[in-house]
Order: sequence, then C-alpha cells, then structure tokens
Amino acid sequence: MSAEALHAKDHGHDHGHDHGHHHKETFITKYIFSQDHKMIAKQYLITGTIMGVIGVMMSIFFRMQIAWPKESFTIFEIFLGNWAPDGVLSADKYLALVTIHGTIMVFFVLTAGLSGTFSNLLIPLQIGARDMASGFLNMVSYWLFFISSVIMVLSLFVEGGAASAGWTIYPPLSALPEAIPGSGLGMTLWLVSMAIFIASSLLGSLNYIVTVINLRTKGMSMTRLPLTIWAFFVTAIIGVVSFPVLLSAALLLIFDRSFGTSFYLSDIFIQGEVLHYQGGSPVLFEHLFWFLGHPEVYIVLLPALGITSEIIATNSRKPIFGYRAMVASILAIAFLSTIVWGHHMFISGMNPFLGSVFTFTTLLIAIPSAVKAFNYITTLWKGNLQLNPAMLFSIGLVSTFITGGLTGIILGDSTLDINVHDTYFVVAHFHLVMGISALYGMFAGIYHWFPRMFGRMMNKNLGYIHFWVTAVCAYGVFFPMHFIGMAGLPRRYYTNSEFPLFDDLADVNVVITMFAIIGGIFQLVFLYNFFSSMFYGKKAPQNPWKSNTLEWTAPVEHMHGNWPGEIPHVHRWAYDYSKPGHDDDFVPQNVPMKEGEEELHH
Amino acid sequence: MTTGLLTFIVLILIAIAIWQLTKIFDLSQAKADNTQVANDKDNNINGYLMMGFLMFIYVITIISFWKWGDLPLIGNSASEHGTSVDTLMVISMVLIFFVQTVTQALLHYFAFKYRGKKGRKALYYADNDKLEFIWTIIPVITLAGLILYGLFTWNEIMDVNMDDDPIVVELYAQQFNWKARYAGEDNVLGKANVRLIDLGDNPNILGLDREDKYAQDDVITQELRLPVGRKVVFKMRSQDVLHSAYMPHFRMQMNCVPGQTTEFAMTPTKTTAEMRETPKIVNKVSRINSIRAAKSKELAAKGEEALEPYEFDFLLLCNKICGESHYNMQMKVIVESQEDFDKWIAAQETFGKKK
Ligand code: HEM
Ligand SMILES: [Cu+2]
Ligand SMILES: [Cu+2]
Repeated sequence: MSAEALHAKDHGHDHGHDHGHHHKETFITKYIFSQDHKMIAKQYLITGTIMGVIGVMMSIFFRMQIAWPKESFTIFEIFLGNWAPDGVLSADKYLALVTIHGTIMVFFVLTAGLSGTFSNLLIPLQIGARDMASGFLNMVSYWLFFISSVIMVLSLFVEGGAASAGWTIYPPLSALPEAIPGSGLGMTLWLVSMAIFIASSLLGSLNYIVTVINLRTKGMSMTRLPLTIWAFFVTAIIGVVSFPVLLSAALLLIFDRSFGTSFYLSDIFIQGEVLHYQGGSPVLFEHLFWFLGHPEVYIVLLPALGITSEIIATNSRKPIFGYRAMVASILAIAFLSTIVWGHHMFISGMNPFLGSVFTFTTLLIAIPSAVKAFNYITTLWKGNLQLNPAMLFSIGLVSTFITGGLTGIILGDSTLDINVHDTYFVVAHFHLVMGISALYGMFAGIYHWFPRMFGRMMNKNLGYIHFWVTAVCAYGVFFPMHFIGMAGLPRRYYTNSEFPLFDDLADVNVVITMFAIIGGIFQLVFLYNFFSSMFYGKKAPQNPWKSNTLEWTAPVEHMHGNWPGEIPHVHRWAYDYSKPGHDDDFVPQNVPMKEGEEELHH
Repeated sequence: MTTGLLTFIVLILIAIAIWQLTKIFDLSQAKADNTQVANDKDNNINGYLMMGFLMFIYVITIISFWKWGDLPLIGNSASEHGTSVDTLMVISMVLIFFVQTVTQALLHYFAFKYRGKKGRKALYYADNDKLEFIWTIIPVITLAGLILYGLFTWNEIMDVNMDDDPIVVELYAQQFNWKARYAGEDNVLGKANVRLIDLGDNPNILGLDREDKYAQDDVITQELRLPVGRKVVFKMRSQDVLHSAYMPHFRMQMNCVPGQTTEFAMTPTKTTAEMRETPKIVNKVSRINSIRAAKSKELAAKGEEALEPYEFDFLLLCNKICGESHYNMQMKVIVESQEDFDKWIAAQETFGKKK
C-alpha cells in the first residue's frame, strides 16, 4: 500500500537523473554532509575504527601497568604525558584509562561503529529500498555521533583528567570532584558526550525501525527478511526502549552535580566536610543505568549475531538452520533483556527477594542464546564451507559466544555472584561474550561487505593472519582471566602488589598482557589491509560470495537510490542455498519461483 | 624489566615469522587465481587450522587448570554458608566445562569436516522441529535445576535475622580504609549519622550520637576480630562513595552505600590459625613465599630492602571502584576462639569512655 506509493515516487526520482551521475553533488554533499546511507555507513565505520584504535591502545597501556606495576615506560611518556609522570602511570589516571576504554569500546565502537555501519549499509540494500526513510535525520544522526566522539576524546585533555569512575559512572564517585579528580570537568564532558550520543542513537534507531516497517520492496514480507535485518530491527527497538532511560539517569546526575539536587546522594562526609545532600540513593542510579546497561549488551551483540547468521549461511552454502527459531530467539532475547538488569545488582543492597527474580529471568535468557548457538553449529553440518576470512570470524564468534556465555550461568546465579562479582572473572566473561564476540561480528561484516562498500576485495591472506592471531590472543588474554578472578582479584585495581595474597597471580598477569600486546599489534595487519585495499584492492565482481541477498544485485558504483532501474522484487527467502532443483548452489531472492517449486521454510 | 625486553624480542620474532608466512602464502598463490575468494586450498588449510584451534582451546584450558587451577577459591571456604556456595560452584563448573568441551568440538570439527570442495553440494536442510525442541528443553531442565538450588541457597544466605545469638558488627567504609564497630554488651549499635562526625579534639569519627545510650558501649576498632563458630550480623555503612565489603575466604560480599545501611550475616567456621594449616593455604603460602624470596634477591642486588615473608590472614577488601587508592583499601580479619575474642574486646575502650 504505502510501500507501493513510495516505489512509484522512487521510480519518478530515477528518471530525473542518469545513474552514477549527479550534477548537483559536490565534494561536501558527497563525502561530508552526505545523506546517502552507503556513505553514512562508511563514515560510521571510519569513525568507529579510529575510536577503536584509541580504545585498544588504552587497554594495552593499562594492561602493561598491571603486568609491570609502577614500571616506567617511554611509551607512556609519549602517549600519556602528564598522566604518567616520568613514564609511571598514576593511580587515578589508571582508572581514567579503564573508564574511557570501556566507554569507547562499548558505545563508540560496538554500538555506533558496528550497528551504525551495518544497519545503515544493509537495511536499505537488503530490503530493497532507495535509502533510509529520512536521509536527513540519518545525516544528523551521524554528525551527532561524530560530535560526541570528539567531545569524548577532548575530555582526555582537560584539567583533572577524563572521567574515572568506571564506565558505569556510579555516583557518588562520579558526582563529586572531591572524590576523584576525573569527576570534575572530565565527567561533565563525559555526560555531555553521552547525551549527544544517545540523541544520535535514537535518531538512527527510529530511522531503522521506520525504514524496515515501511520501505520493504514488493514481496519482502517480514518472514522473508534476512536475519541481519531482523537483528538490526530488533536492536533498534531495544535501543529506543532503553537509551532514553540512560539519558534520564544522566540528566539527574547532571542535576545532582551542578544544581545541588539529591537524586542519588545522601549523607556524605568527604574531605572533612558534610555535604548538604540528603534523601537520594545511589542504588536508584544503578537501577536506571542497568535498565539500559543490560539491553546494551544485546544492542552490541544482536547485530553481530545477525551479521554472522548471514555470513555463515552464505559461506556454508546452506540455509541457516531454523530460521523461525532464530527470529523467535532474537525476539525472546530482546524481551528478556529488558527484565534482567538486576543481575548486576545482587549485592548492591537492593531487596534480596528481587535477586531471586533476576536470577530466574537471567537464566531464562540463556535458553534462546543456547538455541542460537546450536542452530549455528547445525548450519555448518553437511555444508560446503567456504572458509573466507569473514566466515572464520563468524565461526570464531560462535566459539567465544559459547565460552563467554557459559560463565554467564555462574554470574547470573545470585548465590555464586556473591564471590565473583566485580572480580576479573566478570571482566573475562563480558569480554568474551560481548566484547570479542561483537568485535568478531564487526570484522566478519567488514571482510564480507567490503566489496559492497568499496568495490574492491580485501586481501584474504592478510585476513587469515589477522584472524588466527586475533583468535589465539583473545583466548590467551581472557581465558586465564577467569582464574585470577576466582582467586578473588578485584577489577579496577591499579596494582595488585599491595596484597601479598595476590603475589602468585603476577605471572598470569604477565602472560595476559603479552597476549594483549601481540593481539593489539596484529590489528595493524587489519588496518593496513583495510586502508590499502580501499585504494589498491582487487576490483570486486558484482557478487563475489555468490550470495542471495539483494545488496549484491545493486551496482558497485556510488549512486543515489541504489538500483539504476527498478527496485528488484523479492520472490523467496534469503536462504535458498544448494536448493535441489537448481543448477547453481544459490538462488538470489529476486529470482522468481520455478513452476511447482516449493517454498520450504514456512 | 627483563620481562619487558623478552616480550619485545618475542614480538619481533613473531613479526618476522608472520612476514615470512605471508610471503609463502603469496608465493604459493602467485600462479593460482587471485580473486581473494577462498579456494579449495584455503579451505583445506583453514579447515586444518580449525582443528588446531580446537586443540589450542583444550590446551589452554588444561594449562590454565594445571598452572593456575589452584588459584580459585573453591573448596576451602571459612564460613558456614561458604560450603554450599562452593558445592553449587563445583556443580555449575562441571556442567559448563562439559558443555564447553562438547560444543567447541562440534563447532570446530564441523568446520574442518565440511570444509569446502569444488563440486561438493551442501545439504539443503532448513528446519527440524524435533531437534530444536530437544535442545530447547534440555537447557530448560538443567537451568531449572540450577535455579532452584541457587535460589534456595540465596534465600538462606540473605535471610539476615537475629536468631542464634549473633554478634552485631558495623563495617564502616571511607576513602580509603575500613573501621569496625562492635555493638558492645547490649548488642545494639548506637545511632549514627555522618552529620555528627567530629574530627576535633574530642573526635567522633563515625558520627555516633553521643546522647544515644546504645552508643555508649560501642567499640570502634581498626581491625576486625571475630569469634569462631558464632554468627555475625554485619551492618555496612559508607561515609562518602560506594565501597564493597569483600571477604573472599568467607564467600561474602556486600556493597556499602552512603545514606543506607546494608546487611550480611555469616558464621566463620575456621580460626585464622586453623585456616593457615589447611593444605591449600599451606601450599599457597609457600608458593607465594618462594616468589617473594626471589623478588627479595633481586631487590637486594639493587641495594633495596627485602620483602617480608608472607603469612596468611583473612582479609576485607574494597571491591567497588571508590577512587585513587581503591586498590589498597583493606583490613585484616582475625578469627579466633571465643575466649581470645572476649579478652581482646574487653581490652578495647568503649565509645562512652573515650568522651
Ligand atoms: C585489546 C583487547 C582488550 C583488552 C586487552 C581489554 C582489557 C580490559 C581489561 C583488563 C579491563 C579491566 C580493567 C579493570 O577492571 O581493572 C577492561 C575493561 C573493560 N573493557 Fe576491555 N579489553 C579489550 C577490548 C575490549 C572490547 C572489545 C570491549 C567491548 C565491549 C571492551 C570493553 C570493556 C569494558 C566495558 C570494560 C569495563 C571498564 C570499566 O571497568 O569501567 N574491552 N578491558
Ligand atoms: Cu546484564
Ligand atoms: Cu573503597
């Protein structure tokens, strides 16, 4: 209905231009204030990559401090300046590094960088739309993200240093500059940056939702959507539901900090003085924060799972196993993810009865996650696996998702969480299940859709090296971390040398740091491959991976509107790989059903 | 710094190895197609590497258990509820290691077994309701078991009451140290509020209400001593930011929240002396001491002071980021016989007397 009308309008728009030739396009409108979703996707990708480099470098720096406490490093003098007097990282700046590392990786790399890139690139192309519902808002969304990134980076340079209260910014620590220097201007900028980030994310998400609902091409019913789109769509919904809550949490914190209200603060005596705050509760902040914070984990993860679903099916030359179960588990995860936040707060002082409820919901969410893992494994079974770098990263994701997900069973159990809460066990868990898994999803997406974005292929051998070294190092860093966590080592400790009890963890910590350094350095292989292939890569054919989805029917050249002629119509789901009765081992979605051909999946 | 240098050399060597590897990769494909899409050869190599990686996962698991498997605090808890926590932990661990071993094997083995070959046709296999039902229902049942056990234990631990004649102790957190306050004869803590804190000549560092009769016999100390076998009800308070009272050996942790009192109850079952004699701790201490001895030698060579040998003590650590010196916010905990405890507490000055 309305979709038809839009198509008609789109066709009209086409005839106005020659494809590939846009006389009114200048450098500024094409590369900077572009409203084209493909260009915006690239902008997200590049910005996210730069933030990623910063975030990973930070992690290497603080890992060096953990392995060789209070050692002087020239590299600290160069990069950290007065945060590391004489090359020795100072204690409160260690916390600043950890905080900004966490913030950047979670929000700037794996929310905006991952979701922003691939939702923008793939939603219009895979559902058969000319562009996003609103190109303008899409552009605004990117630029808000850019501004928030700039502010976050600038906050590293202000007096007192960047925010240092952990990425969870629990007050009162985050509210009181008396408590830690980073809670001064640094924290203010953190809050401003995040407020802008949330605005960006909301604009983006609303756009994705509207686009998926309204702009699907003829024949693209919801049940024929590729799983990528399902994942992006549901992710956007989770974002719209939960990000505003973080925004309000941040606003109330700004009030407490700047206007003397007492939402989160009460009965505080610090640096020899009683503060006026009365009646607030830090636990309230924790509730608000984690109401976003937990869904955020899935905002990071679901797009990665969507991407790998697509890549695993394509490269297995097999339909994704259990399409409906996959969609159902995405929906179940989305729903459950909004009612499990309390598992971060078992010992926060909230009513212990709530702890029981949250244990229950948390272990429930393990079920759809398990279903997804089993379905991936079954998709590989009896496939004809094309082990391209994107496929390797997808398999790697399934591996880390299982390893990290399993320890969730321990953390989600309130009884067991008592003893491992806030230890390195948690750090190991969430890095594997969300950090590394989502990062692999992002790498997989980049290797897979690079030809679609830049018209060139990335070098596969460099890709292989990148994958194998990264895979080994990721386990090397985060697997032993479980053990030091279970030994009772708290996270966010500047050094463990104040406790002889932890002396026997020193050698593990050195091993972990070595793996981190090697893994970090090998990301240069990726960066080199990425940037050089952009210009010198081999020219890509139209459909290099022999994939079914619509984006591979559109020409590679940069053009508005995606398809020069009519938008292709869709006649089948996206997973007709190796379907009996066809000559090729793939049948793109725009190929009509043969006479008498059965539509098997529903 | 030797480790640093070693790392550096290792890095260089690896870089060179990789450099050579790419060359070999490239040479071997010089004549072959250059589409940058995986061909049979790539599938073959990476398929084998998948099996290699599976081995790597198993090896790193085994190495971790072998070298660091004695680090985890499992099986030597020093509190009553700690034993049931440990049992649940062991059950969960066994379960997840079993699932981990099997699923990783399937994943990587399939990746190897079904690595692509020209001409092979994949099986068009899109659905199987029965299979999917089975692997939905199995986690449901297992998790239901774990949930039930967990909730049972949790409710028991969190049921903080005054049964069994417990002693009441306040743990008071501030940047960056701990204080303990014993409730005294009446076993009731006197009222307190940070607004009453007075750091003057007649200090009142925890902000007790000087008028409150319950406060008079309260005892404030710098170390935490507990009688063995006697239930303790802890009341936590913080004067500035969030802290977390973490006593890993007792499987106990609770946040300290400004403006609120939180609680946790537990019964220590081993005295410090007894704990020092358990085989796990004996081993741990001797290992730590050999590390410290080696380090002392290094220090001595540099003309610096040697490290003291380590003796085991229970500890209270801060486990919620609380500022610059969060990493060193600790208090010694001593568990002793009731008589020793009584003697010690009797020798402490009460709040009322100090006035
Ligand atoms: C090079 C790879 C990485 C290494 C070596 C690394 C290492 C670490 C370590 C050791 C910590 C804990 C520090 C502490 O608690 O004292 C940490 C914190 C964190 N990391 Fe990473 N990380 C890496 C990549 C990532 C990725 C990909 C993510 C994305 C989710 C991520 C997100 C976080 C978060 C959210 C925190 C918590 C920050 C906080 O405590 O406030 N990291 N990282
Ligand atoms: Cu969560
Ligand atoms: Cu503290």
